Order: sequence, then structure tokens, then C-alpha cells
Amino acid sequence: MSRDLRNPLARARGLGSAKEGVSHWMLQRVTGLGLVFLTVWFVVTVLGLMHSDYATARATLAKPWNAVLLAALLITTFRHAVLGLQVVIEDYVHTRWLEVASLVLIKFIAVLAALAGVLAVLRVALGS
Amino acid sequence: MAEFTLPKNSKIQAGKHFPAKGAKNVRTFKVYRWTPDDGQNPRTDTYEVDLDTCGPMVLDALLKIKNEIDSTLSLRRSCREGICGSCAMNIAGTNTLACTKAIEDCGSGTVNIYPLPHMPVVKDLVPDLTHFYAQFASIKPWMRTQSPAPADKERLQSPEDRKKLDGLYECILCACCSTSCPSYWWNGDRYLGPAILLQAYRWIVDSRDEDTGNRLDDLEDPFKLYRCHTIMNCARTCPKGLNPAKAIAEIKKLIVERRSA
Repeated sequence: MSRDLRNPLARARGLGSAKEGVSHWMLQRVTGLGLVFLTVWFVVTVLGLMHSDYATARATLAKPWNAVLLAALLITTFRHAVLGLQVVIEDYVHTRWLEVASLVLIKFIAVLAALAGVLAVLRVALGS
Repeated sequence: MAEFTLPKNSKIQAGKHFPAKGAKNVRTFKVYRWTPDDGQNPRTDTYEVDLDTCGPMVLDALLKIKNEIDSTLSLRRSCREGICGSCAMNIAGTNTLACTKAIEDCGSGTVNIYPLPHMPVVKDLVPDLTHFYAQFASIKPWMRTQSPAPADKERLQSPEDRKKLDGLYECILCACCSTSCPSYWWNGDRYLGPAILLQAYRWIVDSRDEDTGNRLDDLEDPFKLYRCHTIMNCARTCPKGLNPAKAIAEIKKLIVERRSA
């Protein structure tokens, strides 16, 4: 076994502080808080549609406030999911290239998924 | 990836059995054994200890084993009263100090004793804490001031400000909390861990310290600080009854406080 001849302090200090992380922490909590309200609204709305037909459901979603809130729910969900998955990947994936690749990949997927969701809401709301 | 299975040379094998002949009040201790000298895998040796001729604490039993049964057993100990932190180890599934853990508090049946989890082992119950101590040094754990010390007196502190250090200054750096933290297991190379962050907070809240901003700067890092996911193992295991998780939460709050929401 080859010994690391660096002073242990050099290893402990490493590359120093990134001087970031608080934005991630804050945004995770703010999006989490937003999701509490948006999810309650969503569940109540969907429960209200339980016995209605397709046309009624579509008309409900097409109402401006409902469309705005649903788009907000989609965007917040994917933003929050990326923040959470980022933590999981940083915790467990220790192969550097794999870590960076997965971090970038989840961001791409989340952006595409959020855009697709918002487009779907817009098509319902604008009726095309 | 994080390793969840033991490598081949770390698989623990069955070890020797040392019966207590003629003893009436017997307690069995199963102790992790590994030595770098013989190229063998780790094993667990089983010792039967006569409690009628043994002190009440787990450390008493370990020293009885070392003195009377098997002198090859290695462990650290010094003060035998919970102030030096040397005899920190995993006893009956919990990191604690062998000197303040009573044998009768170890549940029923065999008492399992292992070194602190997820640290390199030097020998038997002795973990290598080099990196842990280096991390402690990295937070510069001393009073950092810009103003010169008063010529004729010490730097004063109000009783209220002194009270803020209660629950922090008692930390003896035994490493029970850090080695109980899954985040420290997976990312201990970069994550400072509960013990060091509690010590960092001890200097951040000290009213006499004048380097709070730099201290917070040094901690604001996805790995050094934000690997804490409030798992709370640290607070549960601390043999001194401290709450490192709360200290970490306070650091996070201060970092938020100095920026706009």
C-alpha cells in the first residue's frame, strides 16, 4: 500500500470551501413549501373531478387560474426533484465522471419534462 | 459508488472462545479483533467474564479481559471517567464510551464490541482518527481576533453570552457522533461531520471571537456542511448528551441570515 505523504491537514482542507450551497439549501426548502400548497390544490381539484366526464375535466383545467397553478406545480415539482436527486447523487456516486454526467443528465431530463408538461397545459388552456 | 458490501479481506470470521471456568455470574463479550501483522481477516473473539470479580463498566470488562484472559487485545483508554474520549467504540450497537457505559445497560445476552464504524482500523478496537483530527485542525479551533488583547485583563464575556457555549464546550471529540453518521461514512473525506461542525459552531457563537464571517465562509460548501441531512444519529449516540445536529442547523441558519432570502 502506498502511503500518502501529504500532511493530513492538506488532505482535510482539500480544495477549500466552494462558498456555495446555501442557495441550493434555500431553494429546496422554498420549492418544498410551494409544493405543499400546490399539491393540496391539485389533490382537491382532482378529487372534485372524480365523477365528471372528459369535457368537464378539460374545461376545468382550461380555466386560467387552474392552468397557471398546474404549470407552477409542474415546474416546481421538477425543480425540487432535481435538487433532491442532486443530493442523492452527490451522496452516493463517487466516480467523478459518473457523478458529473448524472448531475447534468437529470437537469436535461427535468427541463425537458417540465417543458413538455407546460406545453400540455398550454394546449389544454388555449384549446389547440 | 458508495460501497455497501464489505471487501473480501474485511469479512469478519469466527474467532476464539475463552470460557470463564467456575464463574457463577457470567457475561459474554464478543469483541472485534484484527491485527495488521498476520495477513488474516478480522474475527470476533468471545470472552466470558466473571462479573463477580469485575467492575460495573464495559471498560472494566475489557481491561479484565486484557489483564487476565487475553493480553493481545488492543484498545485505547485513559481517564476512565468520560472526559478524555479515548475509549470510544461501538458497544451493543451504539457508539459510546466504554468507561461510562454500564454492563447492565447493554441489554441481555452477548455484548458485541466493535471499533468506531467506518474508520480505518489500526488494530482491534483502535481506529485511525488522523483525518478526523486534521479536519478539526482545518476549522482553526481557537479564538481569532482582529483587535489586540486588552493589556490588563482578559477578553470579557457576559454571563448570557457564556451560556451560549453550554452544550458545546462539553464536547470531548471522542468521534462517536461523526462515526455514527451515514453522511460521514459515505463522504467523510470532504464532509466535516457532526463533531467538527459542533466545534466550529462553538467558535462561531463565542461572543469574543471576531472572525465569524470567515468561519461561515469556510463552512459554506456542499460537502463540508450541507452533507448533513438531519439524520440525527449524532444526537442519539453522543455519550455526553450533546446535540451536534442542532449546532449544524444553527450554522445553516446563520448562513441564511447574512444573505437576502
